[in-house]
Order: sequence, then C-alpha cells, then structure tokens
Amino acid sequence: MSTEMIKITGLKKSYGSLEVLKGIDLTIAEKEVVVIIGPSGSGKSTLLRCMNYLEEPTEGTIVVDGIKLDGEANINEVRKEVGMVFQRFNLFPHMTVLENLVLAPMKVRGIDRKTAEATAMELLGKVGLSDKADSYPDQLSGGQQQRVAIARALAMKPKALLFDEPTSALDPEMIKEVLDVMKRLANEGMTMVVVTHEMGFAREVGDRVLFVDGGKILEQGKPDDIFLHAKEERTRSFLSKIL
Amino acid sequence: MELNFKLIEDAIPLLLAGAGITLEITAMSVGFGLLIGMIIGVARLASIKPVRYAANFYVDFIRGTPLLVQIFLVYFALPTIIGQRIDPFFAAICACSINSGAYIAEIFRAGIQSIDKGQMEAGRSLGMTWYQTMRYVIMPQAFKRIIPPLGNEFIAMLKDSSLVSVIGFEELTRRGQLIIARTYASFEIWLAVAVIYLIMTFTVARLVGLMERRFETK
Repeated sequence: MSTEMIKITGLKKSYGSLEVLKGIDLTIAEKEVVVIIGPSGSGKSTLLRCMNYLEEPTEGTIVVDGIKLDGEANINEVRKEVGMVFQRFNLFPHMTVLENLVLAPMKVRGIDRKTAEATAMELLGKVGLSDKADSYPDQLSGGQQQRVAIARALAMKPKALLFDEPTSALDPEMIKEVLDVMKRLANEGMTMVVVTHEMGFAREVGDRVLFVDGGKILEQGKPDDIFLHAKEERTRSFLSKIL
Repeated sequence: MELNFKLIEDAIPLLLAGAGITLEITAMSVGFGLLIGMIIGVARLASIKPVRYAANFYVDFIRGTPLLVQIFLVYFALPTIIGQRIDPFFAAICACSINSGAYIAEIFRAGIQSIDKGQMEAGRSLGMTWYQTMRYVIMPQAFKRIIPPLGNEFIAMLKDSSLVSVIGFEELTRRGQLIIARTYASFEIWLAVAVIYLIMTFTVARLVGLMERRFETK
C-alpha cells in the first residue's frame, strides 16, 4: 500500500467512567476503502468521529495526512481535508442545495462564489441532482438529501471521507442510489472510512473490513476473509445474525 | 357618570407624544436587550465555567428582582456610587435594556438549543470554525424560531416601560398622570391611556404574526 492517510495509535475514549474505546491502533492508506462493522454500542461510530475530532480522544494520537491532531489550532486544518457524511444527513435546512454546497468552500477556503458554484454544479451532476440546485433540503427525499450531503463534503475537495452509517436512516428503496455514489467515489480512488451495516457494499467495495466489538478491533482483513473465514467466534456470531 | 370627551380630545396630542416616547424606550431597550441577550444567551451555553456562571448570575438576578427595583437601583443607588446624577432618559433605557437582555438571553438560549446538534457537527466537519457555524448555520435557524417569543418580549416591555414614570420620565403613563394632576379627570385620561397601550400592543402582535408567516415560507 502507498502512503499513510490516517494513523491512529493507542486511541482510548471514555465518557465519565464508561470506556468506549479501549486502545485502537489503525493505519489507513491513501485510496484505501475501510469498512467498519460491529454491534451497536461497540464504539465504531465513536472511532470514526475521533478521526476528525468530533469526539476528543481521552488518550492516544491521531495523525491525519501528516498533521497530528491536538487541539483547536489545527483541528480545522484537518477537517478541511477530511469530509464527513452523517446518518441523519445534517443538511442546512435554511439554505438551498446550492448554498449548502458553496458555504464552506467560500468561508473556509476563501473561494469566490462563481468558482464555488461551478464546482458545486459539477458535483451535483456527479450525484445526479443537477436539477435540484435551487431546492431546499426538505423538498428532497432521504436518498437525495444524502447524495447532496456527499456532494457537500466533496465540495471541500477533501483527501478522505468518513461515512457514519450513511444509509441507516434511509428507506430501503433509496439505499442503492446512495451506495452507487459511494462505489463510484471508491473507484475514483477516494480514501474512505465507512461505518455501515451494508455487507454487500463492504464485500464489493471494501479493501479491508474491521470488526469492532467492546471498544477494540477484534479482527480485520480482506472482506472475503472476514465474511467467509472469520477467526473469532464473536465475529462469526455477529455475521450470522446480520447476513 | 358621563365621559367628558372634550377633555380626552384636548389630552390626545400630549398622550400621543408620550406614546411615541414609550415606543422609543421600548424599541431602544429591546434593541440593546437583543445584543445583550445574544451574547449572554450564548455565554449560558459556553463550555468555560466562569463565563457560564457569570451569565447565569445575571439572568437569575434580573429575572428574580422586580423591574421597578432595578429602575431605582440605576436611578437612585448608582449615582451614590459614581457620585453623579443620572439623566432619567439614560437611566430608563439602561434599566430596561438590562432587564430585557436577561429575558432575551433565555429566548436565545432556548432557540439555539432547539437546533439539532448535527447542524453544529456538520458545520465543524466542513472545517468551519465555531463562530462561522454559529453565524451562518445556527443563528439564522434559531432567529426564525425566536421571532414569536421576541414579539412577546417587545409587548411586555411596551407595557412594563410604564414603570419608568416613577423616576419622572415623561412617557405615556407619566403624561397621563400629569394631565390628571391638572384636570382631575382620572377616568377619562386613564381610559385613553389604556386604549393607546392596547392599540400599540395589538399592532405589534399583528406585525409579529405577519413576520412569522413571512419567515415560514423562507
């Protein structure tokens, strides 16, 4: 594998006396697609959210694209480069789709409106929503909103994208349109870390699957190795319940 | 008992001028209150403890004491400390702004807290600072939700500003008192004063309703 994009060492996270992450070491290479699976409450979302400091680690270091995360000063620098897609989309409801896409590039990167809008329109085309530029989020279906959210993250031209259960809040018939967009991104070489229950996506697109349980990475490997020949009993029992 | 309409007619110009001053104090107080309230409301949500405690103390103190006492504190007590008389207009605006600020702080706090946590996370995850996210994402949404309670606060202040009459400041209520001192027509004049307050509060309520509908359709 090529250069390191995200390197996590000895990551621990506690809420009061509850330890959610109990020592995670993880290196993610550039252009790698890593899928994180595991039961709810296992800490997989927390692990993802630590990668752009939405959750502050209790212990351990996180280095993203050569920048060590350690406080307000450089968090925004890293967040510029690492986009995030949420389960509940979190689009800005008071803005049109186009405004959603140009806000951060203009305010954070200082790009002028014309350039930002051109990029935004191009990205909307890519997610198949060119005709929705002037719509408001609440006029769109869940699948469309999530595709806008992906385009919004891409508008910052990030080096990596984090997905926090991106299809969990969607009606079944809308899941495919979102996964298709994600597959295309993966094929284009985007570095992606995806927390999901979509095992089909994991097998087809993932370079590596991590099984997280009890705040630790219990097992990891190529998708087929995990899905067909898991070594750990916990992994097998989890997979047997969801496959 | 019959009404002397001639008396009311004569008093109307003076009372209307007083009503103008009432509107002026209210608008200024709520205006400054809005500024104070926005800052204090955000401070009440701050993660830095001393900031939060100071903001809480301010809100608790103002909401826990009568406006009349606050007016006395500013007009009578403050001069003994600074050794200088305070102009009634300044004292009135000062007391009412500080009072209004505390109530508006609560309105802002509730408005900000009603916005989904995911909005701040989305803004921050795009690399925007806390301030940028507040300014462009949270506040515009919060503003829409706080228009009705802000309208109520304006109406409450419109009525409560009558209390500044006690420091001799000549707004609507004080004008009424002065005219009665001259004419002894309590019933006519207080009735006229009440009707003028009613017209003002009713109009403001309707305007707020209009604004609310305007914002709903984006």
